[in-house]
Amino acid sequence: MSDICEETLGVGLLCEGQHDPGTPPAGLRRAPSGVDGLTTEHLIINMGPQHPSTHGVLRMIVEVDGEEIVAAEVSVGYLHRGIEKLAEHRRYDAVGTLMDRGDYVSGMMGELAFALAAEQLMDVEVPRKAHWLRSLASELNRLASHLVWYGTFGLDTGAMGQFLYAMREREALLDILEALSGQRMMFNYIRPGGVVADMPLGVTEKIRAFLSTFDMYLDEYDQLLGGNEIFQGRVKGIGTIDRQMALAFGLTGANLRAAGVDFDIRKARPYAAYPELDFEVPLGSTGDAWDRYNVRMAEMRQSARMIAQLIDGMPEGEHTAKVPRIIRPNAGEVYASVESSRGETGIHLISDGTEHPYRMHYRGPSLYAAQALEEILPGHLIADVVMIIGSTDIMLGELDR
Amino acid sequence: MSAVGISALKVLAALGLMLGNGVVMIYMLRKVLGHLHIRLGPIHVGWKGTLQTVMDVLKLLTKEDVTPRAVDRWLFRLAPAVVFVPSLMAYAALPFSDTWRITNLDSGLLYTFTALSLIPIGLLMAGWASANKWSLLGGMRAAAQQIAYEVPLLLSVLPIVMLVGSANLGTIVEAQQGTFLAVLPRWFIVNPLFWPTFLIFVVASLVESNQTPFDMSEAESEIVAGFATEYSAMKFGLLFLSEFSNQFIVSALGVTLFFGGWTLPWLPASVVSALGPLIFLIKTYLGIFVMMWIRGTFPRVRIDQVMQLGWQRLIPISLVWIVFSGIVIKVWS
Repeated sequence: MSDICEETLGVGLLCEGQHDPGTPPAGLRRAPSGVDGLTTEHLIINMGPQHPSTHGVLRMIVEVDGEEIVAAEVSVGYLHRGIEKLAEHRRYDAVGTLMDRGDYVSGMMGELAFALAAEQLMDVEVPRKAHWLRSLASELNRLASHLVWYGTFGLDTGAMGQFLYAMREREALLDILEALSGQRMMFNYIRPGGVVADMPLGVTEKIRAFLSTFDMYLDEYDQLLGGNEIFQGRVKGIGTIDRQMALAFGLTGANLRAAGVDFDIRKARPYAAYPELDFEVPLGSTGDAWDRYNVRMAEMRQSARMIAQLIDGMPEGEHTAKVPRIIRPNAGEVYASVESSRGETGIHLISDGTEHPYRMHYRGPSLYAAQALEEILPGHLIADVVMIIGSTDIMLGELDR
Repeated sequence: MSAVGISALKVLAALGLMLGNGVVMIYMLRKVLGHLHIRLGPIHVGWKGTLQTVMDVLKLLTKEDVTPRAVDRWLFRLAPAVVFVPSLMAYAALPFSDTWRITNLDSGLLYTFTALSLIPIGLLMAGWASANKWSLLGGMRAAAQQIAYEVPLLLSVLPIVMLVGSANLGTIVEAQQGTFLAVLPRWFIVNPLFWPTFLIFVVASLVESNQTPFDMSEAESEIVAGFATEYSAMKFGLLFLSEFSNQFIVSALGVTLFFGGWTLPWLPASVVSALGPLIFLIKTYLGIFVMMWIRGTFPRVRIDQVMQLGWQRLIPISLVWIVFSGIVIKVWS
């Protein structure tokens, strides 16, 4: 068992946490009891798919005792578009458009995962500049994605301002990404072999202008939400996913790192320009919503740091390798993954040597986080449900794919 | 003019004030929140978007009034009225100036609180009749939190009543006229004895008027729209009008109790007497502005935290403070 874990994950994670499914959820400790002869009934509530704060179309069926959750079921699939099946009918350079629509808030990283998988089958040497541009695009997009998370997390607690402040920074980021790729959200920028276009003139200045104020604004936002005692009272100690549970559910990204597990694909299985960059992996300790908040805020600081390094050290050269117009990779089966804003986004690709993938599997981290919800929600209040969903930062486009 | 006619005129005046206040406050809310959120708020309809609210009211009036099939029809229709009427009643005792008031009640303070405390009945009715689980949760929350906070709200202002010796809102304002140390107004907010009173009053009145960070009963991110989920058109409009009106009333109460009502000590008495209602309204809208500022900034508290704060902190503190300030007032005089 242990060596398989060593082999598949590289860091031997699963071997430590053997999750014990025997423990009943904490919420079941209180049965509906008759007080003074009054009997109470549990209420079953449909939370979603049309609910203001299930971040899209997640449907939760929750059983509540008053306001306390007794049991929760996550029902997914309301945003299913059949991305995996559609990919079987796209040429290799066009699958990126599908990946953009998977996790649509961090499309660059989805594209990158597919490009990395395809390149393993293609015998192609990706130029150094393409690696750097890919990392730059990924980090810019990670910031944009985390800002959406910050804003919606604020909305979940009932604070409106945070969302609009975050959108101001995100607007600047989307402008930069538009200058870089020609699109604001559905980029199709990273393709097998490199990126679609070199960096246009003026983008470096735009990024520098953005970075010059970003750190200041980020501190301000952190103070505005994280420094607020009401907010701390809302997130501290709720939705705890400890180390064992996080590993057992296969969580990745900030949700895993908040539990104190040092696992970041950018460090564990480096890709693009990450081996050359100097950055830290922020970790939490207890794995509650507050830790997840802090880890993500720290990640934004690290991303800003990386973007500064990336534009300072941007190498000269070609932005893409020579790739045939119609890509016909070698037959074979590969897996490639990247650290997206939400965790390990992986592409398992089977090619039969034709111009279309034979089978593509999209491993989205949100699905794993959503599974953990069922286990952690009982015992919390309805108000906590939205906070916990917000803190795990699930993305329904990627979850339902 | 007959007494009945005068009464009818007064009721109409209160109604007009309430409606006008609703229109002004919705526009104000949008503009204040807009600028707090680095955006502009309404700008297109009328000068600087001033007619936007009028258009919205027209929209609410002409919208289809949907009554879902499963609702308890009588309660569903009655609830907006039960919410609306007490908030209209609460205007009766407010002293806009030494002459401008609808009635001069000796128990004005108690009367206003009583009117406000009738509102949760309507909210609970709305929540129950809607036959919607979110509405039910919202109605229950409204009832629970308003019951929990009426007690500290009333207890918190008792030291003022003890000092003034009257629960007449006009008398309370008159006790705050003039200055001491030549510049400081004699407002109760300047008196350190009433600082804890003021803090408890602010918290409890935010809860009573259902404002952020205590807007539990319609917490849109948690329970959709709470008691208002199934309401549409003008029934919804009435529910929200009453909420804006409650915000105005608690702000006006705060001005009356702590900020000297219509008085402004630095101006000559004749000017103050003439401009009384204006001064009162400006002060009240400043209070509302602060509430909107809080709304634009703060996250929401969780329902169990609200309950704990009310029962475990505010009620004991206000009881202790009544005893303490009672002793101080006795020794002083």
